[in-house]
Formats: sequence, structure tokens, C-alpha cells
Amino acid sequence: MPAKNSKLARPTPARLKEEILKKYPPKVARKRAKQILINEALENDTPEITANVRTIPGIITMRGCTYAGCKGVIMGPTRDIVNITHGPIGCGFYSWLTRRNQTDASAPDAHNYMTYCFSTDMQDKDIIFGGEKKLEQAIQEAYDLFHPKGIAIFATCPVGLIGDDIHAVAAKMKRKLGDCNVFAFSCEGYKGVSQSAGHHIANNQVFRHLVGQNDEPKPGEYKISLLGEYNIGGDGFEIDRILKKCGITNIATFSGNSSYDQFASAHTADLNAVMCHRSINYVADMLEIKFGIPWVKVNFIGAEATSKSLRKIAQYFGERKLIDRVEEVIAEELPPVKAVAEEVRPRTEGKTAMLFVGGSRAHHYQELFKELGMQTISAGYEFAHRDDYEGRHVLPNLQVDADSRNIEEIEVHPDESRHNPRKSEAEMTELTEAGLKFKEYDGMIPDMNPGAMVIDDLNQYEAEKMVEMLKPDIFCAGIKEKFSIQKLGIPMKQLHSYDSGGPYAGFRGAVNFYHEIDRLVNSRVWGYMKAPWQENPELSATYVWE
Amino acid sequence: MLLRHTPKEINERRALTINPAKTCQPIGAMYAALGVHGCLPHSHGSQGCCAYHRSALTRHYKEPISAGTSSFTEGASVFGGQANLLQAIDNMFTVYEPEVVAVHTTCLSETIGDDLPQIIDKAGKDGKIPAGKHVIYANTPSYVGSHVTGFSNMVKGMARMAESGGHKNGKVNVIPGWVEPADMEEIKRLAGLIGVGIILFPDTSGILNGPLSGEFKMFPEGGVTIEQLKSAGDSIGTLALGEWCSADAARYLDTNNKVPCRVLDIPIGLKATDRFVDALRIIAGVSVPEEVTHERGQLVDMISDMHQYFYHKTVALAGDPDQLIALTEFLVSIDMWPIHIVSGTPGKAFVGRIKELTADLPCQVNVKSDRNADMFLLHQWIKQQPVDLLIGNSYLKYISRDEDIPLVRWGFPILDRVGHQYFPTVGYKGGLRLLEKILTAILDRKDRDDTEQAFELVM
Ligand code: SF4
Ligand code: SF4
Repeated sequence: MPAKNSKLARPTPARLKEEILKKYPPKVARKRAKQILINEALENDTPEITANVRTIPGIITMRGCTYAGCKGVIMGPTRDIVNITHGPIGCGFYSWLTRRNQTDASAPDAHNYMTYCFSTDMQDKDIIFGGEKKLEQAIQEAYDLFHPKGIAIFATCPVGLIGDDIHAVAAKMKRKLGDCNVFAFSCEGYKGVSQSAGHHIANNQVFRHLVGQNDEPKPGEYKISLLGEYNIGGDGFEIDRILKKCGITNIATFSGNSSYDQFASAHTADLNAVMCHRSINYVADMLEIKFGIPWVKVNFIGAEATSKSLRKIAQYFGERKLIDRVEEVIAEELPPVKAVAEEVRPRTEGKTAMLFVGGSRAHHYQELFKELGMQTISAGYEFAHRDDYEGRHVLPNLQVDADSRNIEEIEVHPDESRHNPRKSEAEMTELTEAGLKFKEYDGMIPDMNPGAMVIDDLNQYEAEKMVEMLKPDIFCAGIKEKFSIQKLGIPMKQLHSYDSGGPYAGFRGAVNFYHEIDRLVNSRVWGYMKAPWQENPELSATYVWE
Repeated sequence: MLLRHTPKEINERRALTINPAKTCQPIGAMYAALGVHGCLPHSHGSQGCCAYHRSALTRHYKEPISAGTSSFTEGASVFGGQANLLQAIDNMFTVYEPEVVAVHTTCLSETIGDDLPQIIDKAGKDGKIPAGKHVIYANTPSYVGSHVTGFSNMVKGMARMAESGGHKNGKVNVIPGWVEPADMEEIKRLAGLIGVGIILFPDTSGILNGPLSGEFKMFPEGGVTIEQLKSAGDSIGTLALGEWCSADAARYLDTNNKVPCRVLDIPIGLKATDRFVDALRIIAGVSVPEEVTHERGQLVDMISDMHQYFYHKTVALAGDPDQLIALTEFLVSIDMWPIHIVSGTPGKAFVGRIKELTADLPCQVNVKSDRNADMFLLHQWIKQQPVDLLIGNSYLKYISRDEDIPLVRWGFPILDRVGHQYFPTVGYKGGLRLLEKILTAILDRKDRDDTEQAFELVM
């Protein structure tokens, strides 16, 4: 184990912040100062952070683009829609199989296009003369080859600029093909300030073109949809296993392991359970307004959090049968998980973690670290908004800047024939009074220790500084950050893709995570960095050949 | 089946590319720029491209890949990216302190029409480029060519640094093409053995196969220095390895700096390495040392020892033109039959070269290079005429699994195996490694498939 005694000399958060900012040009420093927050107890208030603002040019950011959020994150995990990237080849190529969202396409005749990359591969003449004809032809070729239920079109940066009307092409081809739903996403990478805008654009179109297409009731009791779960490393499979065991029916997951039909029936669920608040809370709102389905925030990351979330769902449905079944499942599943935590804990207790990912994982995973007795000393999101940090109560006061104003907000009204409040107002009040919180999320900051540093859109330079000065035992972020951190001798866990591991959700996932963290923070590897002659360079005696 | 929708019958596609055998220009420019000492690549466009390129290179090398982006927003896309680039240059030199910033464009900034030389010039005049530091650039529109073109364009950007000082430096410029850091190291080693002083650019060895030592060096030792690039204008000659990746830069030096050039194939396999060594010795006027001849003999030895396992085995290949040309020649030279070959990189000469190299084979050879020469087509060819072996990047593992054909990972990107960073496939030593990989794949398969009666210890 490398010596960690330098921890005693940890600088104060204020010093650290100052240290980080001093290298920046003044304008950059002023901007970053508002995105770096020291968690201090304020009188009945959560400290305010700036988030969801432009990335600073030249500052090596973790963020990706709107297209990545739309095509990669939200639509990527749906197996039976043909996703055609309309643009030059790169964008489609890089989003081809590079996220670890698993899918189960084992049913006979199941369509699975996730292993394919489809692109119009625009050439210079398409840029000059427009690419609509080519897009039309590409849709036709995809249809002729595969006859899918749906074809989705994704715009990349140049498409917006040259003015191709992808929605008109989609509508025309939908009419022409007749039995194939064709729809498009204006997810050019320059829109918004991060992937987050892409989630929004994707979800809007899913809501518009897919949700509500099939009114036929699905069999099963206690119907929910799971919103904002992407089945990375098989998380969704584990959650589904648990739900099934409890007797809860999952109508649709947005969008891990999803298929066209799931979205089409999503409006028949009776409750929406929101995992990743950032990427999808607005869909939950829209489903409530249009169809009358209430939503609650859940979290299946962490064994305790999983139990809590199951109880929430049971409480909502309010039937003894379900409540008892959920307790039985927890009673059966939790003890073995706890046993593993107990076994691992002596080796992880007191260690420290930093988490910089996504829109919700940097919050959710703090649970799992807590279960290992580890402390999260700094965390932040890559593309979240203020409500994900401070809680939804800030929503009414959120300032919408020019970048976000361009991202469409769909106005939704109650569906004339299908709006059906799942609970009466009285029932909702009763449930609320009994402690079930609807439409509520308090964000990451209230769960963090005083003095912890919360940093939005952390960049490579800041990450290096933080690691150097606070020497955490583990750092969590994405692939781009992985090796610069590990070069410093600190184990790094990818929490977008989980490196090669997973699932980490639910009960079995928690066990996997405990073992994984144990492996990482207690690995022998980090002790090999210095050669014997570097540790003891002096030549104290001549070598004796014996 | 993971590629269950791929039909055997081939219908011509005009608009839809499926499972491309190429990617876009900027990633090539980024990779090349990492082979300059102290260089921070910069992607002038919106941030997604840069995130994708960094991720892809990181996954391939398992090393940190630092690069800046102009992070265009909608405003920049309408009004042009000058302000973003100026700010980015300032921020990068202030925060990361590189020696060089290497700017490349993306589809977005190209479509807008941002004028890089003009913006960089302005950055200089505005004092945003510190004294003694440099900004080089390349235009890399992805709607032209492929990642290979982008690599070539950035290498040409490096060649623009060359100065002619009047007297020759006695060195040979070697432009290695898009090969791995280990390959660049091997080229330097060979030149060293032969006793030729070379200026190798780009040179990613030491940068993308670095050690773990508890220190993060954003700019590791290694890479061609600006001093060396400047002096490349005084070299006695340039050897460009690969028409697609290296020839443009070499011709530029020829025209602008009067440094004569020769374009050779990448030294992969026996014959291409022979030509490379021979060219080096002739340019420098030295004789080839016994050590190199010895290495050559070892390669010939392995070919003859194991020839029965190569003989008439059919192979399908996907990859980049320079590499595939050299590989095809190598495979034919050991009596293997490369019968399906695709490269997404356009260039008519490719098909011509491959046809020439395979002219003597008694079987039909399918070869295609262009935007619709993709892995979907390759898979269809394989369904029509199965092969014994696949060679190409990690994406081929899906065809490999579905069709139950062994795969040798070689090319870019390799996302699921290691070794390419550390073990060369160029030169005679590299030839040995390539053959070892091919043999292991073929023999493992034979061991798996042989009956109990036929299963044998000695092979
Ligand atoms: S927009 Fe162009 S440069 Fe960017 S990833 Fe796509 S193809 Fe490559
Ligand atoms: S071109 Fe635009 S859409 Fe494509 S990767 Fe780059 S930023 Fe994203």
C-alpha cells in the first residue's frame, strides 16, 4: 500500500479552491468559482451552485455532445429500432457499441440492431447540395433490408447548418412505407451545453412518436415503468429480477433493455419510478399530465436504497399482499448482501472516494460507498442542472439561458380519452401525509458531508489537482479520465460504463460493487510503481555472489 | 446471432453505410499530433467530436489522451468559431503549458468555413501564443476521405514547420504512417542498427505506451520535437511509408524544401521490410549490418517452418489502405489467400494495388475501397464464400463469433485486447509477431476442431 499519511496534511476546502483557481486566466477563474462549491451549513438553505452552463473552450472537459446524449444514451439501448445517423461517418462510428448497455434479444425472431452502425456517411457534395435525397434513399435501403418497426434519424452538427429538413423526410418516408414508424431527432452536437440537451431532445420525440401507440392492456399486477435506467452492465436485468420477484410488473424501462413495444405501452403503467432524475424527470411530468400517472424518485443503487425504493412502490399501491411480498423479498435478499458488506468493510472503512459522473450516479453511488464505510469527499456532475444538486425546490427560480432556451419543451395537456388519474386527490394527499413523496428529489448536496467539495463540470486539470491534494482512495469518472488518474497511482472506477463489471444495481449488484471496490482500493498493483533501486538508490555495499 | 439481420444476398446500397470500415478525419489528426513532443491536440468544433476521439483513442491505448475542444454552442455555429478558438488557445497555453497546440477542424467548423490560418495568425498577434510556443494546424473535414486522410493532413501540418537552413543535416526523414507506438520504436531501432540518423514524425512511442510510475505527465518524454521538425527541411531525403498516410507530407517537403522523397509501403512483412532496409542503406550509403540480416533470416525461418499451416488458407481483411497493401503482400508471400478485402477509405489506387498483388492467386479476390466498402458487405462476401481467418479491428469479432471464424486483431481500433501498444508488427521482428498471432489463431482453432483421433501434441 502506498503511504497515505499525507492525508493528515489535507488542505482546507477553501485553500484548495483558491489553489485550483489561481492557475486560470481571470475570466475563467470567475466562472469556475461559481461551479466549485464547498458544502457549508447555511441557515435552512442549500448552498447554490452554477450548473448546466457553457463549457469553457480549451478547458479539457469530460462532457460530450447533444448527439451523444440523444443517440448514444437514450436511444442506444433500444434494440429493435434502426438508428440512422445522418451526417459524416464519425459520429455514428463512435457511438457504435461503445456503451455497455446490455439487451436481451434472445426471443425467437427478436430484432436486434444494436450491433449495427447505420450512417448516411455524408460526403462533400451532400454538404454542398444538401443531404435530404440521400437520407430518403438510406431510409428506403434500411427498410428494404430489415423491415423494422421503427427507423430513427439522428442529425449531427453539419446537418443543422446546411438546413436538411430531417423531420419532413421522416414524415414523408413514414407515409410512403406505411408499416414503419419513421421519426427524427434534431440533436446536432452544438445544441445546449452538454449531453443533457440530447436526453431532452430524445425523450421529447419518444414521448411524441412512441409513447401511447398501443392501448392494449398488458397482463400483470402493480404496473410501473422505470424511467432513467439504461442497463449498463446489466443493471436493468437485476432490477427486473427483483421487481418480478416482488410481483411488480415493469411495463417499460426508459430505455435499458427496451424495445419499441415497451415505449408504445408505457402510458398503461400506474406508477413511474424515476431513477436518473436528470435525464428524464420531464418525461415523468409529461406522463403525469397527459395520462395521470404519478411519479416517485427511486434509487436502486445500494442495498438499503433498493429496499427503500421497493417499499415506496409497495406503499403507493397500498395493498397488503404487495407490502408483505416486498418485505419477504427484502428479508431474503438483504442479509446475504449485508454479510458481504460486513466481510469487506474492515478493508474499506474510513477510505475516501471522489465521484464525477453523469447526472445522477455521482449522487446514487455515494450510497454504496457509505455501505462500505467510505466517505465521499468530493463529487459533481458532468451535465446535471441545479435541481440535481440542490433539489427540485429550485426549479421555479432556475434561470434559462440562451443555450437551453433552444431546447424544445413540449407542452402537454391531459389526453381527452386516456387521461386517468391513478389515484384520487384524496388518496394522493393521504399517501403524501403518510410520507410518500411524489415528484420530489432533494438532490446531491443535502446528502453530502459538510466541507465536501461539490464541483460541476470538473475538468482534467482540476481532477489532477484534487487527486494530488486530497489523495482519495478511489476516483470515479469516465473513460477519458481513467488513465490520467491511474497514472497518479490512484485506482479509478468508471461509473458510466463500469469498466468491465456490473451489474451494480439492486442486491446482487451491491455485492458485485463491494467486491469491486475491495479489489480496487486494496489491490497490490499500486505498490509496484517504484523499482527497488528507486526506493533504495544508494549503493551501500558491493554485491556478494552467493 | 449478433449480426442476425445481415443477409447473404447482396443488394447494392447507394446511400446507407452499415458497419463502416473507417471513421472520420479528426481522430487521425489527433493521433498524429500526439506524436509531437509537448503537443496538445485541439479539436475546433463542438465538444462531442473531441470527446468521441479521446474516448476511442483511450480505449485503444489504455492511456490518457488529452485534447482541447472549442466547445461550440449554437451561437458559435452561426457566427463562426473565431472567438472560441482564440479563447481556447489562450486557456490551453495558460493552464496546460504545452509546447505546441495542434488544431484540427471538424465537420462543423468546416461547414461554417472557419479560416484556421487567419485565426491562428490573429492569436499570435493578440499575444495569445507565448514566445517560443507553436500552433500547427490541419483542415480535417470528415465528409472527405477518412481517419487516414486526417492523419495525413496533420502530418503535412508538421511538415509545414520545416525550415531550410542552407546546409544538410545528414539525416533521413522517415514518415512512418499510421502505425502503433511500438512500430515507431521498431523503425527507430532498425534505423539505429543500420546506422542511419533519422527524423521520425510523428512519433508516438513513449507517449501512448507509457509506464505507470505514480506520476501523470500530460506531456511525456517522446515525440518529434519542433527543433527536429524545423530541421527536417535540411534532411538528405524523406522516406514516406504509405501512400495514404505519409506521401503528402513527403511531397510537400520535396516541393517546398527540396528534400527528395521516396514513397514506400509500410514495412510490414518480409518484402516490404526488405525494401525499407534497402532504401535506408542506399540513401545513407552504408552497408546493412549482420544483425539485421540475421533478423531477416529468422523471419524466413519461421515462414518455412510453419508453411504447411499457412498454405492456401483464405483470409478476409478490413482496415486501412497502407496497412492492407503491405499485409496483403505479406500474406500472399507466405501462400495465404486474402480473398475478401475492404477499406472504407476512398482511393482508386488501392484496388489497383491489391489486384496487382493478388493477380497470381488462382481464386477470385473481392476488393473494394470507398464509402460503401463496409463490414456489412465484407460479412456478406464471407457468407457467400467463407474464409479460414479474419484480420482486422475489434469490430470484426461480431462476424467472427457469428460465422465461427478465428480473428487476428490488427489495425484500429482494438478495444478488447492489449499488446498492440508494446509489440511491433513492422520490421522482421514485427513479422515474427504477426505470424505468431496468425499461427496461434489457426492452430488454436485446429486444436479445438480436431477429432480425438487426429488431435496431436506436436504441431
Ligand atoms: S461531426 Fe464530423 S468530425 Fe465530428 S465526430 Fe462526426 S464525423 Fe467526426
Ligand atoms: S459532430 Fe456534432 S454531433 Fe457529431 S460528435 Fe461532434 S459534436 Fe457530436
